[in-house]
Amino acid sequence: MWSDILRRGGYALLVILLVTIGVQALMALAPGSVAEVILGEAATPEAVAAMNAELGFDRPFFVQYFDWLFSALQGDLGTSPITHIPVTEAIMQRLPVTLELAVLALSIALLVAIPLAVLSATFPNSGLDRGINAVTSAFLSIPAFVAGPVLVFFFAVTMKTLPALGWTPIEEGLGPNLRGAILPALAVALTEIAAFHRVLRADLIGTLREDYVAAARAKGMTGTYVLFRHAFRPSSFSLLTISGLSLARLIGGTIIVEALFVLPGIGQLISSSIIQRDVVTVQGVVAFIAVGFVVINMLVDVGYGAIDPRVRRGPRARKAPVAAKARTTQGKAVSA
Amino acid sequence: MTAELLEVTDLHAYIGSPKGVVRAVDGVSFDLRRGEALGVVGESGSGKSVMARAIMGLMPARSDRTGEILFKGRDLLGLSRKELQEIWGPQIAMVFQDPGRSLNPVVRIERQLTEGMRRHLGISRSEANTRALDLLKEVGVPDPEQRLRAYPHELSGGMRQRVMIAVALACEPDLLIADEPTTALDVTIQRQVLDLLRRVQTERGMSLMLISHDLHVVAGRTDRTAVMYAGRLAEIGESHEVFEDPRHRYTSALLGATPSIEHARHAPLNVISGSLPSPTDPPPGCRFAPRCAAASEACDSAQPAMLGVGVDHAVACLNPTNMREGELVGR
Repeated sequence: MWSDILRRGGYALLVILLVTIGVQALMALAPGSVAEVILGEAATPEAVAAMNAELGFDRPFFVQYFDWLFSALQGDLGTSPITHIPVTEAIMQRLPVTLELAVLALSIALLVAIPLAVLSATFPNSGLDRGINAVTSAFLSIPAFVAGPVLVFFFAVTMKTLPALGWTPIEEGLGPNLRGAILPALAVALTEIAAFHRVLRADLIGTLREDYVAAARAKGMTGTYVLFRHAFRPSSFSLLTISGLSLARLIGGTIIVEALFVLPGIGQLISSSIIQRDVVTVQGVVAFIAVGFVVINMLVDVGYGAIDPRVRRGPRARKAPVAAKARTTQGKAVSA
Repeated sequence: MTAELLEVTDLHAYIGSPKGVVRAVDGVSFDLRRGEALGVVGESGSGKSVMARAIMGLMPARSDRTGEILFKGRDLLGLSRKELQEIWGPQIAMVFQDPGRSLNPVVRIERQLTEGMRRHLGISRSEANTRALDLLKEVGVPDPEQRLRAYPHELSGGMRQRVMIAVALACEPDLLIADEPTTALDVTIQRQVLDLLRRVQTERGMSLMLISHDLHVVAGRTDRTAVMYAGRLAEIGESHEVFEDPRHRYTSALLGATPSIEHARHAPLNVISGSLPSPTDPPPGCRFAPRCAAASEACDSAQPAMLGVGVDHAVACLNPTNMREGELVGR
């Protein structure tokens, strides 16, 4: 148990270190510097060098990195030399927007995809299944930057029911807040729906052929009961995996959708910081996203254990979903 | 109340496959009496398991059943899914081949054992749990309180099959269909599970259909035995008669092909030459004729009808072995 936690913690730390070193290196290799942005194009090379020295960007690579790392470990991600806003504050300002968008998009995708997958798997290869497949495939092939304007055209321009762009903070009322969030969330959710539907449909069809499903039917349990109380849980491994990946990706910000709907989220923060060579902000945001990724992955691992009791013990945990599929058993059963 | 619990007449079960329609069960008729144990034997691919699933009504997609399956006088083939769901559990229950796959790996034994009772018997959770404990004790599961909280992977194969038997007995069915219940188990465990099945069957006066490819599993634990070959019945009769005085050459060959302790050391095993006929395009006559030493032209042209050969013993052969004077009477 404890060794497992230590092992995972070490793994998480390694990921975060590698990601932040990588970002620092990329920013150092990229042409241009913060000083050039601050001083403008007319600045002399001497002035630029002096400015960079003042900001500490002339120090050796690893000195800069470890300086940043030690502050970061104490919760200080530095202050942007361009906007003069502390990076932590900038992230905390933007996080509610991105988090709400991500959670909303994921919820919409799951709420649509799960019933569709259940229908498809109950009547596989029927006209209904083919129809659902066709529609979700169409969703999959529509990128968010096409879906966004189309949704805006329908709901904002033609029907005038929802705002076309902008963000209303949740403090100003849940209603206006949701009205502003629903279109961007939908634009993001469309592609996820197709992926979720496919994965769950395939797993459900496989599970419904299992003997234990036949055995549950042979007890006289109803079709709905068998589906939701016996087949659904063992079929949801892949869905959990890709939901976790989607959520992690969405927390990193959906740059295109945020730009399209003018949302003040993480994606917007990172894109503007990159353009401004705001090394400090970029480094801070990326470190934050890396932590988010690692945390979500850990939650997904915990989720596997919640789904399947065979996963709950031992360091082989990460392999468990595959093992469950291969119908092998672990732990005590080996001695059976 | 008639003596027959189950009357199967001219049952056909066809399954669609990429190679054509598989005629897995092709015209099978037999009776199963109340309180009787019927063994069904035959080699792999003879249609035993499909027959069990056809009687149960658990057929795969793209399959078709015709004929008549009278259970307590009602034709199961004419019942709706809803009506069948009332029969499955309290009337007919099934034990599957591999207990490692017929128990849901993510559901505790407790729910798998009690959900049927709670649905069919309408009892409370605590009543169902008490009954579950009694059932686990009855089928010989030690430490039943703990096992109830366990997941299937925490039990051994033998224990899992005992649990499956408890699940099948939960609603006191009149008919238990056991489809190769010991094939996936260790040899030492097989005997215990088979003896357990026979014990609960006689104690309850329940009817049992015990399906196996292993003659020894069926011998001595059933009242009657049916021998299946290529989707049809070859022979059916009282078990001791079928085993001691087989009238179908397939039954004799099957018995002869079974190694025994008396078998001479290092002597080659007796085998049945040839192989099963095509399940999609079976020969028009007797299905065993291509492998039968005594086959005549007549065997190749017409399917032999079941002939009564003694008390409660019938054989599907034009020329049964061991015929005695005046025995040939149509059934």
